[in-house]
Amino acid sequence: MSSSADAFRPSEAFLRRRRLIDLGMRAVLFLSAALSVFVTAAIVYVLVSESWGFFTEVSLWTFLTDTQWTPVFAQPRYGILPLLTATLWAAGIAIAIAIPFGTVLAVYLSEYAPAAVRETVKPMLELFGAIPTVVYGYFALLFLTPLFQTFIPGLTGFNLLVPGIVLGIMILPYIVSISEDAMRAVPASLREGAFALGMTRLQTTFKVIIPGAFSGITAAYLLGMSRAVGETMVLAIAAGQNPNLTADPREGAATITSYIVQMSLGDLPHGSLAYQTIFAAGLALFLLTLFFNIVGFFLRRRFREAY
Amino acid sequence: MTSEILTRATTASSEQDEIVLVGRARRRDAIFAGLGLFILFVAMAFLLALIADLFVDGFSRIDMAFLTDFPSRRPERSGILSAWVGTCLVMFVTAMLAIPLGIAAGLYLEEYAPKNWLTDIIEINVTNLAGVPSIIYGLLALGFFVYLAGLGRSVMVAGMVLALLILPIVIVATREAVRSIPQMIREGAYGIGADKWQTMWHYILPAARPGILTGAIVGLSRAIGETAPIITIGALTFIAFLPPAPVQPDFPFVNFDWLHAPFTVMPIQMFNWISRPQAAFHVNAAATGVVLLIMTLGMNAIAIWIRFRLRRRIGL
Repeated sequence: MSSSADAFRPSEAFLRRRRLIDLGMRAVLFLSAALSVFVTAAIVYVLVSESWGFFTEVSLWTFLTDTQWTPVFAQPRYGILPLLTATLWAAGIAIAIAIPFGTVLAVYLSEYAPAAVRETVKPMLELFGAIPTVVYGYFALLFLTPLFQTFIPGLTGFNLLVPGIVLGIMILPYIVSISEDAMRAVPASLREGAFALGMTRLQTTFKVIIPGAFSGITAAYLLGMSRAVGETMVLAIAAGQNPNLTADPREGAATITSYIVQMSLGDLPHGSLAYQTIFAAGLALFLLTLFFNIVGFFLRRRFREAY
Repeated sequence: MTSEILTRATTASSEQDEIVLVGRARRRDAIFAGLGLFILFVAMAFLLALIADLFVDGFSRIDMAFLTDFPSRRPERSGILSAWVGTCLVMFVTAMLAIPLGIAAGLYLEEYAPKNWLTDIIEINVTNLAGVPSIIYGLLALGFFVYLAGLGRSVMVAGMVLALLILPIVIVATREAVRSIPQMIREGAYGIGADKWQTMWHYILPAARPGILTGAIVGLSRAIGETAPIITIGALTFIAFLPPAPVQPDFPFVNFDWLHAPFTVMPIQMFNWISRPQAAFHVNAAATGVVLLIMTLGMNAIAIWIRFRLRRRIGL
């Protein structure tokens, strides 16, 4: 390796070059890591600067309280409420399914299942995340909706119920994985103590494991909610594209994400108000998911530090 | 329940009471285990139904013509040629960007980063970016790459936005792989006079290669199926031509015009066909979905296999 083979010490020039490469690579690696900060900044910059024009035309108050969203009509109305309620309906149905199923499954995998079962099931659950979301959309629209229509009266071809259920299954593995991690992080000594008192596994789960892993499990719910709120294709395909302020999940309604998809499919002139609406809607979505992500992040960090 | 047991145990004099109590607790325990198993089966049944439905609807539609035809107004003459070529080109750009950047960032955070506020900010950002909805990345690409940087609605922009999207996956995989390398490897390298970068390049990265590869494959399989961000940048849904070929017979033999070409990808083609009212187009959509599923599940199977082999090797 040394450029001067006759001496034990490599030459000064060689050492200088090595030091330069070492420092240079350190800088390259740092810049790659710092890219994430730049990306976050760019997201905030784009969303804020593009929706700035929108909010000079439409007041924030109108945006938040008007009950109609008709930006491309002759008489445009710009109320985010119909999109927001549809988003929360679908995410709410998803989380209502994913929380009980996910928690029971996480408890089963963490406390009951033999190691062999756990190690087989976890990669299989990961396959849920590998399936393209557009395939879930196909399944929701063309298989599940006709099936559900046979026993749910009044279910329209586009509705919030079926995509909500599919979303629930989609976020299930995510919730299972995070809450199972949290449960397994509870020290074995606590578990053994409970067993020594004569508790069954179920009693241990409810009296020791779930209280001990509480912040981690809550984090899993919040991060799952954030996923459901931001999911796009299932809703764009199976929930319809008609903004609809409704309290009935059997009806179809456009969510924030499917509105953005719908507008992007058409030809949006850069700088027009219609172009800016998708960034305003995107900003609302970003803030909503950011809220869930940040609370989830700190709760998750807390359970990691607790043990 | 604990207090219930205790008070009952102290007040109830008959053994019979305790036996009933224990029996009930055991029964509940067994019921709960059954419930867990049941939910597991329901979830797996859902997954199987989804895959089976897609194969039943679409598998027989796949033939040579389907793979070599352009989309058409007539469903029976439509194919996914432009879609799969577009997917391959976009994936190439994504892999070229996401893998080196993700490895570099992961290596920095795991091996170089000092414990200070700057590192904290970077870590929080990586975690947060993993949770940002993919469609927001699409808006970033539309506002930033397409208009501000003037790159147009091209293969390159699609590749870049998908690279940003899967970057957190590659970073996390790199960090986990690097973290699992025993400290003595580093000490041995330093001991024979290697500097930090030499240690990384000659020892740490080769040892972490299987773990990094797994993460990169899983990330790319996610990117193949991503639809929303690519719709947002305005990928066309009807493309009846191919981008210019990346290789050419005369000097300099490679051609980068394809980077700037308009394109479509398979999930967008599938979305477009689902949105049509005619059932014949739905069959095309299912067939596209089958091709997509085979690609993503195949990639994940490779990743699982690499992970399995890796575990066996470490076990030795």
